[in-house]
Amino acid sequence: MPESSKTVRQINFHIARYNPETDRAPYVKTYTIPVREGMTVLDGLHYIKDNLDASLAWRYSCRMGVCGSCGMMLNGHPTLACNTQILHIATTDLTVSPLPNFDIIRDLVPDLLTMFDKHRSLKPYIERADEAEINDPQGEFYQSPKELEAYLQFTYCIKCGCCMAACPTLATDARYLGPMPLAAAQRYNQDTRDDGRRDRNQLSGSAHGAFRCHYAGECSRACPKGVDPAKAIQILKRQLVLDYLHLSRRKKPCQKLHGPGQGKPLPNIPAAPAKTV
Amino acid sequence: MRETKYWTWHMAAGVVILFLLGLHMLIMHVGGITHLFVPYGGEAVSKSNSLFRDGKLFFTVTYILFLGVALYHGLYGLRTILFELTLKPAAEKAITFVFLVVGLGLFGLGTWAAVVTHAIAIAGARG
Repeated sequence: MPESSKTVRQINFHIARYNPETDRAPYVKTYTIPVREGMTVLDGLHYIKDNLDASLAWRYSCRMGVCGSCGMMLNGHPTLACNTQILHIATTDLTVSPLPNFDIIRDLVPDLLTMFDKHRSLKPYIERADEAEINDPQGEFYQSPKELEAYLQFTYCIKCGCCMAACPTLATDARYLGPMPLAAAQRYNQDTRDDGRRDRNQLSGSAHGAFRCHYAGECSRACPKGVDPAKAIQILKRQLVLDYLHLSRRKKPCQKLHGPGQGKPLPNIPAAPAKTV
Repeated sequence: MRETKYWTWHMAAGVVILFLLGLHMLIMHVGGITHLFVPYGGEAVSKSNSLFRDGKLFFTVTYILFLGVALYHGLYGLRTILFELTLKPAAEKAITFVFLVVGLGLFGLGTWAAVVTHAIAIAGARG
C-alpha cells in the first residue's frame, strides 16, 4: 500500500479457507487489514497475501471487471472482487467465500469447468451452412442496428460464474445448464447471422435445460455486467415452444454484402480520402 | 425437444385447469348467486342437482377432461421437482415410467367412475 494513502478503517476479512489435500472441510480464517478509501476487495486479498498469509489462493487477472476471473461471494453476494470497494459493503466485517454451486479447487478458487462444459455443449458460436465463408470470409454479413440490439446485452457476459452461483435451481440440480450457458445460447439464437437455433434447441429444450428455470431472477441481480440472463431464458423458453408448435417463422440467416463499397453509405458522411500507398 | 413437448402441454393443461376451475367455482361455490346447473334449487352438491349434472354428456366429458389435465399437470410438476434433485438418468427414466403408469391408471379409474355415474344418472332419470 502506498505510504501516501490514508487508512480509514480496520476491517476483519472472514475468509473461507480450504485445501482439499489437507483439510476435511472448508473453515473460516479471520484477517484484520487496514483499509483506505477506494480499496477493492481484490486489493484487500493482495494485502493479506503480501503481509499476513502467503498461502491464500484466489483467481484474478485483469483487475478491472473485464476478465471475469475473480468472482466470489462477498458478504453472501456473488460478485467480482476487483469491482467491489471494501468500504461500500463493509463497516467492520467482510465475509469472503468461493462461489457456491461449484467444486472448490482451493480457498477462493472455484472449479468453473462444469460451467464451461455446459457452455460449450450449447454451441456458443455462429453456425451456418456456408462454412467456407465462416472459415475464409470474403465479405461482411449485413445486420441492422436493431437486429444487433436484440442480443447485444447478452454479449457483455464475461463468464465469471456469478449468475451460476446465485441460481437456486442449480443449487439442487447440478445437471441444470444454468443461466450463463442458456443466455449464451439465446445470444446466438437471436443473432441474425446464425442458423443454428434448431440445433441448440435439442439441448436447451432438454430435461435439464431452459424449462427448469423458475425465474427467480437472482442471476440477473447478481450479474456484475448488467446482463439479464433471466430474460434470455424466458425468451428462449418462448422460442422453444413456438418452434415446437411450428409457429415461428423460418428465417434464412442474413446475407453477405459482396465486396467492399457495396453497402449504401449513410448521408453526410464524407468520402474516404484517396489512397496514398 | 421432447421436454419442450412436455412443457408446452404442461402449460396448455394449466390454462385448461384455470378455465375448468372457474367453471367449478361458478357452479359449486357461488351457485347461490349464479344458479348455474342447479335446477332443483338448494345446495349445488345435493343429490338431485348432482344427478342432473352427471346425466349431462357435457359434464361427463368435462369431468374426464379435468381429470386428464389435472393429472398431467400435477404429475409433470412433481416429476420436475424430483428431477431437480440431481437424480441418475436411470432414476429419471424410472420416475417417468412410474408416473406414466400411475397417471394412466388413475385416469382410467376416474374415467370409469365418470362414465358409470353418467349411466346411473341417465337410468335414474328414465325411472
